[in-house]
Amino acid sequence: MQALRHPSEPPLTVLEPAAFPEAVRIDNVSFRYRHHHERFTSLKEYAIRRIQGRVRRSDVWALRDVDVAVRQGEVFGIVGANGAGKSTLLRLIAGVLRPTRGRVVVHGWPVSPLLEIGAGFHPDLSGRENVYLNATLLGHTKRDVDERLDSIVDFAELGDVMDEPLRTYSSGMIVRLGFSVATEWEPKVLLVDEVLAVGDEAFQKKCWARIQGFRQQLATVVLVSHQLSYVLATCSRAVWLDRGVVRALGEPNAVVNAYRDAAAG
Amino acid sequence: MQGGTAIPLSSHAVGGTADVYDSSRLPPAYLRELYELVRYRDLVVQLVSRDIRTRYKRSVLGVAWTFLNPLLMMAVLTLVFSRVFRGDIQHYAVYLLSAQLVWIFFAQSTTQAMNSLIWGGALITKIYLPRSVFALSQVGAGLVNLTLALVPLLLISFVSGAPITWALLWLPVPMLLVACFALGVGLVLSTVAISFPDVVEMYQVALTAWYFLTPIIYPVAALPDSMRWLMNLNPAYYLVEAFRAPVYAGLPPEPMTLIAGTVAAVGVLALGWFWFTSAADDLAARA
Repeated sequence: MQALRHPSEPPLTVLEPAAFPEAVRIDNVSFRYRHHHERFTSLKEYAIRRIQGRVRRSDVWALRDVDVAVRQGEVFGIVGANGAGKSTLLRLIAGVLRPTRGRVVVHGWPVSPLLEIGAGFHPDLSGRENVYLNATLLGHTKRDVDERLDSIVDFAELGDVMDEPLRTYSSGMIVRLGFSVATEWEPKVLLVDEVLAVGDEAFQKKCWARIQGFRQQLATVVLVSHQLSYVLATCSRAVWLDRGVVRALGEPNAVVNAYRDAAAG
Repeated sequence: MQGGTAIPLSSHAVGGTADVYDSSRLPPAYLRELYELVRYRDLVVQLVSRDIRTRYKRSVLGVAWTFLNPLLMMAVLTLVFSRVFRGDIQHYAVYLLSAQLVWIFFAQSTTQAMNSLIWGGALITKIYLPRSVFALSQVGAGLVNLTLALVPLLLISFVSGAPITWALLWLPVPMLLVACFALGVGLVLSTVAISFPDVVEMYQVALTAWYFLTPIIYPVAALPDSMRWLMNLNPAYYLVEAFRAPVYAGLPPEPMTLIAGTVAAVGVLALGWFWFTSAADDLAARA
C-alpha cells in the first residue's frame, strides 16, 4: 500500500466527517513505559544488583495528555519524528497497550491491524495451514476461515500452490497471502503503520482498490507515516506528535506545515 | 448515513457493549483473559496442530517417532537401571516408562511455554491476543503427545506382564492434573522469562535436580528415611504416583495422592493464572 489511493486514480470525493459518529476516542491519554535503568539480561545480575540496592528505574512518558477523536469514515494521519509516540498511539488503539492515564474508546472492535502482515507464518506449513493459523491469530474463528478460504486464495492469486510448504514461496507471495488474509474481513477500524509495499504493481493496485472499498463502507483508517506527501494526499485530518505531546491537530495541510517548519527551523 | 448499519455484532462484549472497546471498562485481567481465551479457542487448536505437524514434518519417521522415542529411551534406561534395582521392582520397564512419560510431558510443555512466549514476543507487542494462548497450546500439544505415547506404554505393559485392569480408565484424571500443574508452572516461568531470558537455562538445571528428587527411576523405598519428608513436599511425586498406579499396579490412584495432587495442580494453576494475567499488559509494553 504505497498510498491508500493509487496516484493514477481520481481523488475520492471528500466526505464531511463531522456528520459521522466517533470511531476512536483518545481521551486525555498518557502512557508510561517503565524502564529499568540498566537493561538486565539475566535474573542473576538483577538479583545481585537488587541486593546491592543498585536497581534504578526510570519512567518514560511516551504520550502525555493526548486528546484526539477520530470520526467514522475518516482517514486520520499521525506524523512526528522517531520516538514521538506514534506507534504507541496505534498500539493503544489496537488494545495491545492500556493507557496509564485516560481512556481509549474504539467503536468497531476488534480493529484490523495492518501492522503485522503474515503474523505467525511458519515455513514448514502449507499455504493453506498458514492461512488458518494467521487468521485465527487475528481473532477469526476456524468457521470464518472455512467460509472465506477460496476468496483469500483467489485474492492472493496462489490457487495452485496452497498445498506447498511456505518455505517454497517467494517473499512477494508470502506478503500477498498475508495481506489477503488481513484484509479479507471488512474492518470498521483499520490501523496502518508506515508504508507497506505489497507485491508487484498489479497486486498493489488490487490492494488499493480493496482499501478504497473499505472506505466506501465508511471504515475508519488511522495511519502512521513519515511520507508527508502521502499524508497530505490521503488524510482528512492529522495530528503531529512531538515527544508524546500533541503539537498540532486538524486539517492535514496545517498540521504537516507546522511539522515541516519545526523540522526545518 | 446509516449510523447503525446492520453489521452482525459479535456476541462477546469487551468492556462495554459488543464491538466497543473501552479501556476504562475492561473486566479484571484474570477474567478478561478467560473470556478472550474462549473467543480465541480456535487459535489454541491451530497452535497445537501447528506444533504437532511441524514437529514431525521434517523427520523421516513422522508420527512414528512419537511411539519410537519413548520405546528407545525406555530400552536404554531399563538396561541400565534394572541392574541397579534388580529384584526391587517387578516390571521395571513399566514402572519407569509410566513415570518418565509424565515427566517428559511436564518438562517439555513448561519449557516450551516459556520459549513460545518469547517467540510470540514480537507479535504481542503489535496485535492483541490473549497471551496465555502460548502456554496453553504447548500444554495442549504435550497432552496430545502423551496420549499417543500411551499406545507403546500399554504395549509394553502387556508384553512384560504388568496387570492391565479397568483402573486404566482413571488415567485421564492424573493426566488432566499434570496438565493443570504444567500450565501453572509454565505461566509462572513465562512471566519471569520474558524479562530475564536466562531463566530458561536456570530452569533446565532445576528440572534435572527435580527429576532426580522424584521417584521416577527409583522406588520411594530406595530413599533414606531422612529424605522421605521431601517427598511430601514434592508435588511431582503425587502426580507421578497418580499416573503410575493404574498403569503399573493396575490399581486406582490412592485417594490421598489424588487429593494432594489436585491441591498442588489447582493451587499452582491459580497462582500462575493470576500472576501472568496481571503482568501480561506489562509484557506487551516491554519489548
